[in-house]
Amino acid sequence: MLEIIVFSTLNGLLYGLLLFMLSSGLTLIFSMMGVLNFAHASFYMLGAYFAYALGLHVGFWPALLLSPLLVAGLGAVVERFGLRRVHEHGHVAELLFTFGLAYVIDETVHLLWGSIPVSYTAPDYMRAPLFSLFGTDYSIYRGVTMLIAILMFAALWYLLKKTRVGMMIRAALTHGAMVGHLGHNVPRLFMGVFAFGCALAALAGVIGGPLLSTEPGMAQSLGPVVFVVVVVGGMGSLLGAFYASLLIGLVQTFFVALDVSIGDLLNAVGFAVDPYGEVTGITLASIAPMTPFILLVLILIFRPRGLMGELEP
Amino acid sequence: MSLRLSPWRALAPWLISLLVLLVIPLLVSSNGTFSIINLIAINIVFALSYNMLLGQGGMLSFGHAVFFGLGAYGAIHVMNLIGDAGYDGQGFWAHFPVYLLPLVGFATGALAALLVGWPFCRRAGTAFAMITLGLGELVAAGSQMFPTVFGGEAGVFSNRMVGPVWFGLELAQPADVYWFSAFWVLLAVFAMWAFTRTPLGRMSNAVRDNAERLQFIGYPPRNLRFLVFIAAGGFAGLGGGMAAVNYEIVTPESLGLLTSGLALLMAAVGGLGVFYGPIVGAIVVTVMNSLLSDYTDASILYVGLVFLAVVMFAPAGLGGGVEQVRQSWRRGELTRQLPGWLGGAVSVLLIALGLVASIELVYQLSHGRDKLAQVLGLQPDPSSPLVWLGVVALFAAGYGVARASKNYREARS
Repeated sequence: MLEIIVFSTLNGLLYGLLLFMLSSGLTLIFSMMGVLNFAHASFYMLGAYFAYALGLHVGFWPALLLSPLLVAGLGAVVERFGLRRVHEHGHVAELLFTFGLAYVIDETVHLLWGSIPVSYTAPDYMRAPLFSLFGTDYSIYRGVTMLIAILMFAALWYLLKKTRVGMMIRAALTHGAMVGHLGHNVPRLFMGVFAFGCALAALAGVIGGPLLSTEPGMAQSLGPVVFVVVVVGGMGSLLGAFYASLLIGLVQTFFVALDVSIGDLLNAVGFAVDPYGEVTGITLASIAPMTPFILLVLILIFRPRGLMGELEP
Repeated sequence: MSLRLSPWRALAPWLISLLVLLVIPLLVSSNGTFSIINLIAINIVFALSYNMLLGQGGMLSFGHAVFFGLGAYGAIHVMNLIGDAGYDGQGFWAHFPVYLLPLVGFATGALAALLVGWPFCRRAGTAFAMITLGLGELVAAGSQMFPTVFGGEAGVFSNRMVGPVWFGLELAQPADVYWFSAFWVLLAVFAMWAFTRTPLGRMSNAVRDNAERLQFIGYPPRNLRFLVFIAAGGFAGLGGGMAAVNYEIVTPESLGLLTSGLALLMAAVGGLGVFYGPIVGAIVVTVMNSLLSDYTDASILYVGLVFLAVVMFAPAGLGGGVEQVRQSWRRGELTRQLPGWLGGAVSVLLIALGLVASIELVYQLSHGRDKLAQVLGLQPDPSSPLVWLGVVALFAAGYGVARASKNYREARS
């Protein structure tokens, strides 16, 4: 039991950190430009695929740097020539644009790399165990992933709170027009934030690709969950997104790890039901993929501004 | 469009549609074509019901397929009931013709919307989009857990050749189903058009345009949204009922995000602002999906690119474009405005050709020969720089035409 708890906590934290890496970019983009970027998870997928393709030529570590840069460039182009154009037609048009973009990116990946997973893996020496607990190994790569994630948060926090650019970004979040009046180029700032958010998503793809699997469905499976994180955490709140990521990561991992059905739970609290019935036989593991959405619907009904948000969406 | 039209002018579109529906079977004989037409009919109902939410009511939904799928499931389960009741000829369902199953779909869809809709309709905008996205994912994932209702991965099968037959209207071949589809699509489109003319339909436009003001004059926006949501859910269910009869199988896929996305795609490509826009969109997208998938594996990519192009360059959609031309013709300004529009169309065409060429070339590089290139009679060699130069030339020409005709387009306003 202790083994399950320790490893589920570690894996849940890791998954949560990956989720936060994705959702931090989305939250920044959303709170600044009001755009819920439907294609965000597609940029995450592009990050993984670019890293795979580049890694074949330059190795894992250079690809870790190059792939997010490439995706950032792509994001900048998308913002400059796509989103900015659509912006004048309002938020629905922007949402539709990113929705179509997600379609196009996903299909392009299908076209270029095929519909089966590619063999994007971490270098061999990183698959060795970092430590062993209860006879189960925890690989170096997982440790490194967690380290990269934490380093990224430190860098993000430093950038937003301690630098001049971060000050401009924080100002533009709430008083975009005023920042413009003070002579800063707000559209360029938007482009930068969009590109930066895409780069964060790509970085999540680069380090998450070998852990999860690098396949054309990865954007579609993770995309809606990232939305859930942003909405549950509160639109535009980085801290909220952080808590929501960890919450969803831990809940999902624990649900998968626990081999218990609804009937077992009911029986444990004193009911007497058939543990193999149609409803009572459903295991928690099979509910796990639904938990983020249950959380989303509940949050939107009972606390529409999310955990830490100040505004209702 | 003004509210007062002479009776003939008002009736004309309906008479023409009826005539087209009557003439189609004289021109078409193959079952394959009939299947595509039946699919178009289903998608027209689906796209129009979606536009009741987004176009008329201003509610962007990512979970509309839930009501389509649940309507389909309701209809197919009733179809099985009819089949079972047919053995002894007893009971209510033994006398229920399969022809009326879309009504069951309507009831199921509307009931589902009635049950879940109230908490969703508090806000429009992003909150509504997110909560419907959550609903869609929840129902799609949850459907896997109840195999007796949703049939697991394989879905629920049935047989439409059961129950009483009225007026000799059998449902054996796709050509027989055509009359079923034609009847229901005409009825549903008329009903949805009539809905836009009811006070509720008008108020749903108002809640889209200015919910705060509506609240101020005493109409709670939430109630209006809820009523529209139920109506849209019902018509989506009606489309689902048509699909159940047409395919005789319903799978959980019909509840998922992809199906919801299809409704959004069709409505937006056709145009959200005009009533007949989603009809145009449903026809275009369905035909593209069905025909292109025979020739190229990149068909979804093409549909996605068309969608992107419409969102970026023609936000009013294809139907909106038609409406613009029509109004300019009425005002007698067409000759002045046409060069600009034609220039834009030509540049879009050139750029589209360039895109198609580059996609097919990339496809050849990564997968070997593609069928679409063969259909066009081309044998391009993707390794030769000349071919790529041609692609670049197409893009450049498209950009050039767009720049050259820009003055015409901007002079009009």
